[in-house]
Amino acid sequence: MISRFEIQETNRMIEESNLDVRTITMGVSLLDCADADIDVFCRKIYDKITSAAGSLVAVGDDIGRQFGIPIVNKRIAVTPIAIAAAGTGAANYAPVAHTLDRAAAAVGVNFIGGYSALIHKGSTPADKALVDSIPEALSGTERVCASVNVGSSRAGINMNAVRRMGEIIREMARLTRARGSLACAKFVVFCNAVEDNPFMAGAFHGVGERDRVINVGVSGPGAVKRALTEAKGADFETLCETVKRTAFKITRVGQLVAQEASRRLNVPFGIIDLSLAPTPTVGDSVAEILMEMGLEQPGAPGTTAAVAILNDNVKKGGVMASSYVGGLSGAFIPVSEDHGMIEAAQCGALTLEKLEAMTCVCSVGLDMVAIPGDTPAETISGLIADEMAIGMINHKTTAVRIIPAAGKRVGDMVEFGGLLGSAPVMAVNRFGCGPFIRRGGRVPPPLHSFKN
Amino acid sequence: MKGIITVLGQDRVGIIARVCTYLAEHGINILDISQTIVHGYFNMVMMVDLSGNKDSFEQTAAGLEDVGRAIGVRVKLQREDIFDAMHRV
Repeated sequence: MISRFEIQETNRMIEESNLDVRTITMGVSLLDCADADIDVFCRKIYDKITSAAGSLVAVGDDIGRQFGIPIVNKRIAVTPIAIAAAGTGAANYAPVAHTLDRAAAAVGVNFIGGYSALIHKGSTPADKALVDSIPEALSGTERVCASVNVGSSRAGINMNAVRRMGEIIREMARLTRARGSLACAKFVVFCNAVEDNPFMAGAFHGVGERDRVINVGVSGPGAVKRALTEAKGADFETLCETVKRTAFKITRVGQLVAQEASRRLNVPFGIIDLSLAPTPTVGDSVAEILMEMGLEQPGAPGTTAAVAILNDNVKKGGVMASSYVGGLSGAFIPVSEDHGMIEAAQCGALTLEKLEAMTCVCSVGLDMVAIPGDTPAETISGLIADEMAIGMINHKTTAVRIIPAAGKRVGDMVEFGGLLGSAPVMAVNRFGCGPFIRRGGRVPPPLHSFKN
Repeated sequence: MKGIITVLGQDRVGIIARVCTYLAEHGINILDISQTIVHGYFNMVMMVDLSGNKDSFEQTAAGLEDVGRAIGVRVKLQREDIFDAMHRV
């Protein structure tokens, strides 16, 4: 039988270290909803989403109660709308975004992802229509998340798209200036986007996926931090073993929840995304882990190494615990969603440049970073280009979710509320990159050999 | 289905009696009990068999929480699977 100590350890992780299952995300293909009439298409996708995910929230909550672990979010990812809605030939896809918003509200999920386009090599007319409509779609809806893939290790970087991303991010910031430029927090620019990521804002249901699928994102930075507290001062071998062991335990819970959800919803299990995703709650922070490792603040010299160690050992521990690992899997370092990162940025320990270095070894990229509202669109494109280059060269997913907070300056705080938290406005290098960004065209893919 | 019941709180007379009475009345068989008291703090773990129970899992969990509230301790019912998943390879 399971021992009393093991039972207590599990429950301490849940009750004291904020261990939770961060999200059960149902992927739903909309490819069979294609129609030449956008109104018919909208009706079909509404019906498909609401019938596929009608019981998702109730089942998720019930599983949480039975296992005694919070399942924080229940979410939906759909086929990239630029593909699913291409047959409509519409010039503006905003009505589709409103339909997705209504469907998400009807089934009670807080976010629906997939208002997306994959344009790493080039754009179709449908891709262009979708990208142009993103500011309107995200400022006029509550639950819809959008993403655009502008680069890959195979195709290189679509620099025309990178340039356009800077413009639409500025536009979204302006349209939602009264709400802390909130629309930008629901939009991600990717290099090497994955098709089975359950985490928002970048989730979409890839075209290589089944009709419906259950993907689960586990979390638990608090549990890792607590384990490291007990290994204080130990050498790196012990440090790595501790992270691995904790990641294994966390992931096993995710696997159990995913299998149960898959069985009850009668939807195949896809993957577990074994990510350490922080929340603004104290004790649920990746920054606290880095400090527990021995850094005075995230951003101090040694931070990139610490993130690399954390990220790698989370994967090593988690891989054995699950039959299918996918998504982004690693450590997220969003600034606004982690109180320790916020404090590090406020006290000057964490700069945008150091954050960029950390993204070379973390699971994603520049995430939930607020910058001054008057940052030029071309400078934002420059930041995106840097991040995309890191992803392209290193064969990893990188992303940019950046908020040029309208009317705000360096040092101001921007409030997003809820899980999105609040972010200090961080300084951006003031030197320009306009002529570089304006060149346009596509950066060819890199060599896949001679790796130094 | 097997369940794990954990009971935590200040020690007093009748905690086990009250919890066990509820279980007996609802046809829930106790498979194992482990209990300690540290500095007056009561800590009990029970493994139970829920297959003879006619109520839903949710009703039973809520019923046990009510029993706990009435005597000032926290009673939590969880499915055994979560502990097996986490601690057994």
